[in-house]
Amino acid sequence: MTLLAASISELSRQLRRHEFSAVELTQEALDRTHDLDPELGAFLRVTPDLALAAAAAADRRLRDDPTGASVLCGIPVAYKDVVCTQGVETTAGSQILRGFIPPYSATVVNRLSALGVVPLGKLNCDEFAMGSSNENSAYQLTRNPWDPTRVAGGSSGGSAVAVAARLACATLGSDTGGSIRLPASFSGVVGVKPTYGRVSRYGLVAFASSLDQIGPLGKTVEDAALVLTAIAGQDQRDSTSVQAPVEGFLQELRGGVRGLRLGIPREYLEVGIDPGVRAVFDRSVSALAGLGAEIREVSLPTTEFALAAYYVIAPAEASSNLARMDGVRFGPGSPAATTLRGAYEDSRHQGFGAEVRRRVTLGTYALSSGYYDAYYLRAQKVRTLVAQDFDRAFAEVDAIISPTAPTAAFPLGERTADPIAMYATDVLTIPANLAGISGISVPAGFADGLPVGLQVLGPYLGESTCLRVAQSLESELNVWDRLPPLAGAAG
Amino acid sequence: MAAKRASAPPTGSIAPAEVAHLSSLARLGLTEAELARLAAQLEVIVAAVGQLAAADISSVEATAQVGELRNVIRTDVVAPGLTAEEALGNASVTAAGFLRVPAIQ
Amino acid sequence: MSPGGESEWEAVIGLEVHAQLLTRSKMFCSCRADYLGRPPNSNTCPVCLGLPGALPVINEEGIRLTLRTALALNCEIPEFTKFDRKNYFYPDLPKGYQISQYDLPLSRHGWLEFEIDGRQVRGGITRVHLEEDTGTLHHAGEIQNSAFSLVDLNRAGVPLMEIVGEPDLRSPAEARAYLTALRQLLLYIGVNDGNMEEGSLRCDANISLRPAGTETLGVKVEIKNMNSFRSVLRALEYELVRQREVLDSGGRLSQETRGWSELEQRTVSQRSKEEAQEYRYFPEPDLPPLLISRAQVEEVRAGLPELPAARRLRFQSQYGLAEDQARLLTGRPADSEYFETVVALGVTPLLAANWQLGDLQGLCNAANLTIEKCRVSPKDLGELLQMVQSQEVNGKVAKEVLASAFESGLSPAEMIRTQGLGQVSDLAQITLMVDRALVEKAQAAADYQAGNDRALDSLVGAVMAMCKGRANAEIVGRLLRERLPRSGD
Repeated sequence: MTLLAASISELSRQLRRHEFSAVELTQEALDRTHDLDPELGAFLRVTPDLALAAAAAADRRLRDDPTGASVLCGIPVAYKDVVCTQGVETTAGSQILRGFIPPYSATVVNRLSALGVVPLGKLNCDEFAMGSSNENSAYQLTRNPWDPTRVAGGSSGGSAVAVAARLACATLGSDTGGSIRLPASFSGVVGVKPTYGRVSRYGLVAFASSLDQIGPLGKTVEDAALVLTAIAGQDQRDSTSVQAPVEGFLQELRGGVRGLRLGIPREYLEVGIDPGVRAVFDRSVSALAGLGAEIREVSLPTTEFALAAYYVIAPAEASSNLARMDGVRFGPGSPAATTLRGAYEDSRHQGFGAEVRRRVTLGTYALSSGYYDAYYLRAQKVRTLVAQDFDRAFAEVDAIISPTAPTAAFPLGERTADPIAMYATDVLTIPANLAGISGISVPAGFADGLPVGLQVLGPYLGESTCLRVAQSLESELNVWDRLPPLAGAAG
Repeated sequence: MAAKRASAPPTGSIAPAEVAHLSSLARLGLTEAELARLAAQLEVIVAAVGQLAAADISSVEATAQVGELRNVIRTDVVAPGLTAEEALGNASVTAAGFLRVPAIQ
Repeated sequence: MSPGGESEWEAVIGLEVHAQLLTRSKMFCSCRADYLGRPPNSNTCPVCLGLPGALPVINEEGIRLTLRTALALNCEIPEFTKFDRKNYFYPDLPKGYQISQYDLPLSRHGWLEFEIDGRQVRGGITRVHLEEDTGTLHHAGEIQNSAFSLVDLNRAGVPLMEIVGEPDLRSPAEARAYLTALRQLLLYIGVNDGNMEEGSLRCDANISLRPAGTETLGVKVEIKNMNSFRSVLRALEYELVRQREVLDSGGRLSQETRGWSELEQRTVSQRSKEEAQEYRYFPEPDLPPLLISRAQVEEVRAGLPELPAARRLRFQSQYGLAEDQARLLTGRPADSEYFETVVALGVTPLLAANWQLGDLQGLCNAANLTIEKCRVSPKDLGELLQMVQSQEVNGKVAKEVLASAFESGLSPAEMIRTQGLGQVSDLAQITLMVDRALVEKAQAAADYQAGNDRALDSLVGAVMAMCKGRANAEIVGRLLRERLPRSGD
């Protein structure tokens, strides 16, 4: 059994008992990645020198100050390639950022580094986080470790797979419309989308500014909560980040669900849930009820418009955020261009994939005069309705539960020709981003051998509740330590 | 200032010429074939998002941002930034410390 | 040429002024706002460089200075304001959008009062809003055939205030007077340094013509690239003539942007305004909106310094100065502060005014310096003038000492004391010199007594020559006249 199969807190204890060193742990992660990742495609680049140097520093710190050192000290992690890492290429899964070496690191990276984590490398993702299957990366495919003919889920596919295959103890992804929760569900790991503003976006290559959040993926709820605690908190550099206490995440984790009111949105079950997924969901609901939760039905009537609103707002903001990708200050550029317009067009034509072009064009359309009121403004108003729906629901229940996605992982290539079908993958995750509330996907079982996640949504700044419900289910079902076939047989 | 916004109801369709104009605005440099393909796809997507028209938004304001944050400001102090080397480190073409682009016509 | 002239057209002009704010740091990041004279691209950070992942943070001083300006321009301040993104591609705009304000600016509906041809005119202010400046473009080699543009982003992100004037101006001269008054105001309230040549203050104009006495607006032409007050005047005068000629000959004008060519002294079409840039404004999602409390507005209003017109009137009433002297002394805030410092030392206002506007200003003009930058401090001038007032030194000597102090930077009062340049007022000493002069210039004495007034001057001159000009001229004159009585005196 690989060392990386253990939880972070267990590894933390083992490191302090000198059962192995951080360097050894890191080397194992690197070896596993070397052996298993060629088939999985989770990593875009591995940084062994940086990792081993950080591991050695972590060992020194653990030796000198074992009680003061963070539980994350010496723990191998990896970052979705939309997170800027100083001195390490950051591509956001796009050719237009090929060779881009940021001169600065994202705040989340600095916070984790300060605690002594070991950065293994950068993880594959859909280009600029636009996608639900991780098939839009301009570099490589990421395969589902439970079935390599299927998608890992996106856009944080690499982040989910690296955890699922035990290549890293925890990873960071980003979630704009479900991009952490969805791959977590498809790959059988825990993924948390924090409340908007909970985690600094400084250093996150922006997709949709009012929707994006960086969040943790881990094999257990506690692992994810540990990382969330480390990265959350106001950042002066991000004007949209909020001041809010983070201690509750861990303190209330094992509080159980007795007496908690859990709401199931009627509209979410009407979208066409796969029977296998539905069966897993129903069993989870029974399990939670058995643990003492009160299950109720709630209504979120604006759900039918949420997908449309998202596919106006996100592309609109993206079209503006991606305007800086012009090949002048970074990216391959077009030195042979003779006109300015030609230079821009060459860079962006070569640099952007099909999904990005689609969304940038759609976004440009939604913001143009003549269409702004009908699309962007209208979508932002629908957004208010979505948020109000949740406010009303959270007056009646403490958390909302649903399947994370209508299906389990689908075959590679199944939806790539049909953007609408692909977009519909996010129908259950998108509303939480529109409203800015917190959400988590926790492994809840299997359908035909494929992982199925349960989504728990909490009110604004209500991560503690989501984590608590997720943790209850996790310890009840005890499926989290089942390893996928592509994670290797043993150690 | 830009022209006053007209409030065109979403027709749910988007003409190829429109797509070419959008591609030009966004400097995407799409070829004729790519534009045609994109126009067809966008037609479908725009029709789908056009269902927003059915939502009753009469009672609400737009949410430009969630979370009710207001007045997030910083004090007027100077802090060190990037050196010129760092600033230009990723540029494909520089000249004497400047970024270089083809001349504005 | 007066508006209208021989044809029946009326000019309708509105100015759009961009003023860089005197903050320490840029508008949305902590790089220096003072970017001039630095090596290219040495004053940037991930934010103003527009790197992936960077985020803006509002500089509170930018808000404060804009509010101050808005209040000085009598504008209304809303309770809610926000930033918006203005999207377009240009090499000096690293993010591909400029953070600006669109529909809910920091202020609206104000006015600026200014004078022209002795009348008080009020130019409406449509709005004052806040945005970030772009980087700068330079041309490699010859402008005409340069294949490349060079980009320096040191200036990108510097706070820029946009002051949009109503089209209330009716002549190029009025436009220049408005701009002069606006610049003076900005200097007075300390938000901008008024430097058009260096680009910290920029002006674009919109001009159209319509038949005199009508209300509908004609085709509007935007004029850019006017880099001085003079070029604003000339460009508008040129454009007025150009438009009038087109209209008089029955032609049609295009709504377009034209650039002023200083070299050719004419406006040149740049791009048709009909293909207006499609800016796709939307609220800036990275910056929460601002709520401006009434208490904050009152605080800024209370902190407004004395404005130019008020100061001029006060100088007239408080110091008893004539209007033109008051106007000259209050033209620049630095000049008025200098003057008041001198007067505060005990110098009579009229004396201080005469010397500052006369001798000192003359020295400054010749050396191409402004008063507050020259070597004669207000304290220096004040001490010198106190000695003139108390007759310790005579006027002629004082002027020479001033000129010398201007060069050397030494204290004039010190110079007078150490070099013994003080005025001789001792009656005995002067009497001796007067008596000698009467002997040496007996003919002049006789001429004076015979009725030739001017002969006295050569006698006075003779006395002055004996003491290097330091005798109290008043006493010399009096003694001479006593010695040389004339019938009829």
